Amino acid sequence: MQDLGINVLFQGRNFIRLLNGLWITIEISFLSVILSMSLGIIMGMIMTIKNPVIKIITRVYLEFVRIMPQLVLLFLMYFGITRAFQINLSGEVAAIIVFTLWGTAEMGDLVRGALESIPKHQYESGKAIGLTNIQIFMYVIMPQTIRRLVPQAINLVTRMIKTTSLIALINVVEVVKVGQQIIEASRLTVPSAALWIYGTIFFMYFIVCYPISRLAARLEKAWKN
Amino acid sequence: MDFQVIREYIPLYQEAGILTVRIALIGIIGSIVAGFLCSLIRYFKIPVLHQITGVYIELSRNTPLLIQLFFLYFGLPKIGILLSSETCAIVGLIFLGGSYMSEAFRSGLEAIPDIQKESGLSLGLKKRQVIWYVLLPQAISISVPAFAANVIFLIKETSVFSAVALADLMYTAKVLIGMSYNTDEALFMLVIAYLVILLPVSALFTLLERKLRYAGFGN
Repeated sequence: MQDLGINVLFQGRNFIRLLNGLWITIEISFLSVILSMSLGIIMGMIMTIKNPVIKIITRVYLEFVRIMPQLVLLFLMYFGITRAFQINLSGEVAAIIVFTLWGTAEMGDLVRGALESIPKHQYESGKAIGLTNIQIFMYVIMPQTIRRLVPQAINLVTRMIKTTSLIALINVVEVVKVGQQIIEASRLTVPSAALWIYGTIFFMYFIVCYPISRLAARLEKAWKN
Repeated sequence: MDFQVIREYIPLYQEAGILTVRIALIGIIGSIVAGFLCSLIRYFKIPVLHQITGVYIELSRNTPLLIQLFFLYFGLPKIGILLSSETCAIVGLIFLGGSYMSEAFRSGLEAIPDIQKESGLSLGLKKRQVIWYVLLPQAISISVPAFAANVIFLIKETSVFSAVALADLMYTAKVLIGMSYNTDEALFMLVIAYLVILLPVSALFTLLERKLRYAGFGN
């Protein structure tokens, strides 16, 4: 055993660079999450409107974005749209647009599901005891919707963070890409670098996602009834 | 859009599509088996195995498939385990899918009230019979929606395999874009290929879900 592969992690600024890459991953996820949560709530409300035209449009959008692998969407945005409209998008912008479109669809469906799961008699009972529409929404519907929605929305966040790993494939320099650069640079000196670097990135994602998914599981259990 | 080019591309995509479907199919069947075993271990709290599957499920659910694949494909050869890209893809998909399927089955099992198990036992059924005739049929019917979502999720995840040099649909599209600059045609065919694979699956599951809902109880 000549050179321990783990050393490559602590050579020079390698570990700091990986952490910086992770930070870019988190930044992109964070921006996309904020955008898609807000737009998703609006989308979900629109989806509950009983108008056939709105229904068809939202349905087609939802099904298309949902059924296409995220990598295909990224390619469509990064290679297709840029060419079709002769615009220049950086990988980061393309990624944020794609994740927002996808997240909005997923979030919209969650919001719709949560809103529609509230039994009709809740509205009627509210009315019967003399609450105004705003009061019914604020005190009866909202609290119940949020309980169903928040755990699922948090799960969506971990899915979005995990999916951001794909943007290395459209040349965004985030944690995976930085890892590849380090492996490339130490190919000759430390042949086992790939094992350690990818192992590290694996646990980096785990450390970010695990607490979030635990939180979702806990809220789900606590709010069951 | 040049339809002559598209016609030329069809056989390439057909081949890649068949490969994608084949890997997805093997991976999904493997995931179902793995998930089924894990869910039973978790449900009956078999010692030691219970903890191991717990760690596995959390690891697999909280990391992206791409990193799992990179680790398998680029990392493992460094300690002497060399996997072909096809094996890598299948192992990766089962590693990822197993945990998702396991959670789907387990939530189905846990949704069954304890009284069902107890009634079965008090009727004089053996424990194995209770599992086989009472628990499983209900658990499977309850977990169909989650199961269907997982199958579609796993088929979509196969798109990542191009990153470990598997000549699947994504890979074909990438190569065609790089070689001939027919970006529009290559991407158009890519979308069509995934629609051809996923739309029937999605429609089938919607139908199945509706059919199975009648088999449920009460609601």
